[in-house]
Amino acid sequence: MDYSSEELLICVIARLLDGVEHIAVGVSSPIPGSAALLQQALSDGATRVTVLNSRHLQALNDGVSELFDMAAQGRIGAFFLSGGQIDGAGNINLVGVGDYPQMKVRWSGSFGSALLYYLVPKVILFRDEHTRRTMVEKVDFISAPGTSEEGVHRPGGPHALVTNLCVFSFDRQKARFTLETIHPGHTLEEVLDNTGFDFDRPETVPQTPVPEPERLALLRGPLARHVADPYPKFAARVWGV
Amino acid sequence: MIAETLQELVAPISDGASIALPPTRSGPAIAATRALIEQGAKELHLIAIPTSGLQADLLIGAGRVATMESAGVTLDEFGQAPRFVEAVKQGAIALKDTTCPALVSALQAGEKGIPFIPMRGLIGSDLLKHRPEYQVIDNPMADGGDPIVVLPAIVPDFALIHVPLADRHGNVWIGKARELMTMAHAAKRTLVTAEEIIEDDLMADALRSPATIPAHYVTAIAKAERGCWPIGLAGCYDIDADAVAAYARMARTAEGFDEFLKEGPAPARPVAAE
Repeated sequence: MDYSSEELLICVIARLLDGVEHIAVGVSSPIPGSAALLQQALSDGATRVTVLNSRHLQALNDGVSELFDMAAQGRIGAFFLSGGQIDGAGNINLVGVGDYPQMKVRWSGSFGSALLYYLVPKVILFRDEHTRRTMVEKVDFISAPGTSEEGVHRPGGPHALVTNLCVFSFDRQKARFTLETIHPGHTLEEVLDNTGFDFDRPETVPQTPVPEPERLALLRGPLARHVADPYPKFAARVWGV
Repeated sequence: MIAETLQELVAPISDGASIALPPTRSGPAIAATRALIEQGAKELHLIAIPTSGLQADLLIGAGRVATMESAGVTLDEFGQAPRFVEAVKQGAIALKDTTCPALVSALQAGEKGIPFIPMRGLIGSDLLKHRPEYQVIDNPMADGGDPIVVLPAIVPDFALIHVPLADRHGNVWIGKARELMTMAHAAKRTLVTAEEIIEDDLMADALRSPATIPAHYVTAIAKAERGCWPIGLAGCYDIDADAVAAYARMARTAEGFDEFLKEGPAPARPVAAE
C-alpha cells in the first residue's frame, strides 16, 4: 500500500503515544499533532488531546501559565520538543549556533522547554531534518538537558527521537540513544553518515513498520478533516481536504 | 481615564521604562507601539510574557530597546523576527534569555507582592548559567536536598495591551487571554488600547466581568480600531498574512525596516504581496 512520508511519521509517533491519557502538542507541529489525534481516535476517545493555541482543540482558559501548571502537576502525559541541535545525551538547543550570547546563528529562544522537558513523563523529540547539522555531538547551548543529576526533581524527560530517517529510544540511566528502527527506503549507513553523536544499536536494526492499512484509512477518511481544524495547510497538502 | 489619542496614551512611558508585552496570540498593541516609536522613548526594557513577535521586533528595529527578557521572539509561520536576530547577533540589545514558565511565575510573584517564587525545571540548563539573579536553593519544606530554582519577582513599570472591548468606566474585557490580567495586576501602570469603548459597565455584567480587568488596575485606555494590525485579534479579525510576510521580507535590512515603518499604520489598506 502506498503511503506518504508524513503518514509514515504520523503512524510511528502514534505508536509511541499508546496509553497516554493526555497529550499536548503545539499548533505549529502538524505531524505530532496528527499522531496525537490518531491515537485519540484509536483510544475511542479515552485519550485527551490539547492542541495549544488552536481554536477548538484547546480546553485551557487560564492563560499561558496553565500548560506549565498542568505539566508540573503531572496532568500532561506526553509532549513534543525539537531542537535546532539535538545531541547524543538528549540535550536540546533552541537558542543558536556559536558562542553565546552573540551567536553566529540565532534562533527564537527556549520557549517552555526548560520546564516541560523535566516534568512531562514522555517527551518525544521530533525533527524532520536528520543531518550532522542538527544531530550533533554536543549542543552549543543547552536549552534543556536530556538528563539531570541525582536528587533533582525530574519525573519527565526524553522518551524517543523520531527523524525523517529513523527512530531512537532514549535510556535515561545511560543518557544515550539506541537506534530502534530505520524507515523503509533508508539504510544504517545513511543514519551513521548523518548523525554527529554516538548511539547504541542492535546487531541488526529492524525496519520501521509501515503504516497499518486501517490507520491509513482512518487518517485519510474522518481524521483528515479533524486534523484540518488546527492544521489547515498541512491537511490540504497531505490529504487535499 | 480615556485617552483621546494614542500619543496621549503612551506619553507617560519615559526613557529606561520596563514594559511587559503579551504573546502575539493575545493581541499585541501594534498601533500603540507605533505611537511609542514616534514618541521617542529609548533605552526601554522589554519583558515578553512570555514570548513576543512583531511588536518587539518593531521596537528593536527602531532602536528603542536596551534590554529584553524573553523566552522566544518569532514571527511564527512567517519566520524569524529579523530585527531581533540582527540586534542579538550584533550585541545591540542585551537579551536575557529564559523559559516561558519562569516569566509567568516571576510575574505572578510581582502580582502577589512577594520577593521571589520557586519553579521546577531549569537546573542544568544553560539559561540558568547566564541568569545570575536566578538562584538554586534546597527546598526548605523537604528533609534536606531537593534543589529548586527561585526567581526574583517581576514588577513592570508598564503593561501595554490591546483588547476587543473596554468601557467608559475604565474596565477592560480580555476574553480568554488570562495573562493580560496577570500583567495588569503586576505592573505599576497599565495602558490599554481597545477596538471598542462602550458605555455599559462591564463589571456589572455577570457574564463578562470574570474576564474583565477592573478599572483600578487600568491607567488609561485609548480606542484603536484594528489596533493589532497586521497581527490578528481572537474573535475580531484574522492576521493580515500578506502584510506580515511583507514585513518579514522588508525587515531583513535596516533600510527595508525603515520603509515599512514609514508607510505608517494603514489597516484599511492591504499591503500587496510582491
